[in-house]
Amino acid sequence: MKTIEVMGKSIEEAIENGLKELGTTRDKVEIEVIEQGSKGIFGRFGFKPAKVKIQLKDDYESIARNFLREVLDKMKIKCEIHIKDEDDTLKVNLVGPRMGILIGYRGETLDSLQYLLSLVVNKNNKENEYKKVILDTENYRKKREETLIRLADRLAYKVKRYNKSITLEPMNPYERRIIHAALQNNPNVKTHSEGEEPFRKVVVEPRI
Amino acid sequence: MMQELVSAIAKALVDNPEAVQVKEISGEQSVIIELKVAPEDMGKVIGRQGRIAKAIRTVVKAAATKENKRVVVEII
Repeated sequence: MKTIEVMGKSIEEAIENGLKELGTTRDKVEIEVIEQGSKGIFGRFGFKPAKVKIQLKDDYESIARNFLREVLDKMKIKCEIHIKDEDDTLKVNLVGPRMGILIGYRGETLDSLQYLLSLVVNKNNKENEYKKVILDTENYRKKREETLIRLADRLAYKVKRYNKSITLEPMNPYERRIIHAALQNNPNVKTHSEGEEPFRKVVVEPRI
Repeated sequence: MMQELVSAIAKALVDNPEAVQVKEISGEQSVIIELKVAPEDMGKVIGRQGRIAKAIRTVVKAAATKENKRVVVEII
């Protein structure tokens, strides 16, 4: 974290000088007053400048970027990191060749890296400030969602046709939600989840 | 390189990055990576039901497939 000490005739002026030096705005820094300063008498005797310490707050975006850059370097994966900070969500998109290795089997590697990234991003924040992190590459999340919706429809058809429940393979909460949502308004079947994390499975059963 | 990857991830997760120690023991086909952190940081690299440890292993495994090696990450 970058910290500088700056002086000025008043505290306000010192802060302004510091912000100019850092090229930033007030909401992105933390300010600590070291010397109140005093105007002195007739602006001469006993004049002491005000002194403040300004610390650049680490924003989510740079924490995420630094962490990913380092990890991807060590994995010898070359790619661009695009980050969008939207309200309570940090959307990270990786662009580069051979992203398959980063996605892994059924997105296992991408999910793991996303989980680690969210831990790092949320490490130092206070309660109630949880930042959601979505890590994506080659539009994998969207494609996977479409695949799951197709799967759900296909299974619903089978369940109705054979009048028998079908249990899916274990999925993470995000993927299970997609299945539940896809079949929520299906008149022929209903869904629920069974088992304990991380092996929780969706069950599709006939609606009687 | 695998060693550095584990070290980078661990240091970003813990409160005492200076206490992170990583040792790499290379065999013929496999590599064992021993990760050691401050006792109070153990939870930060293992997680509830080993969820964090599992995520670290998955990422390391992905990096290792490029080099055709089997990597075992042990937290000690």
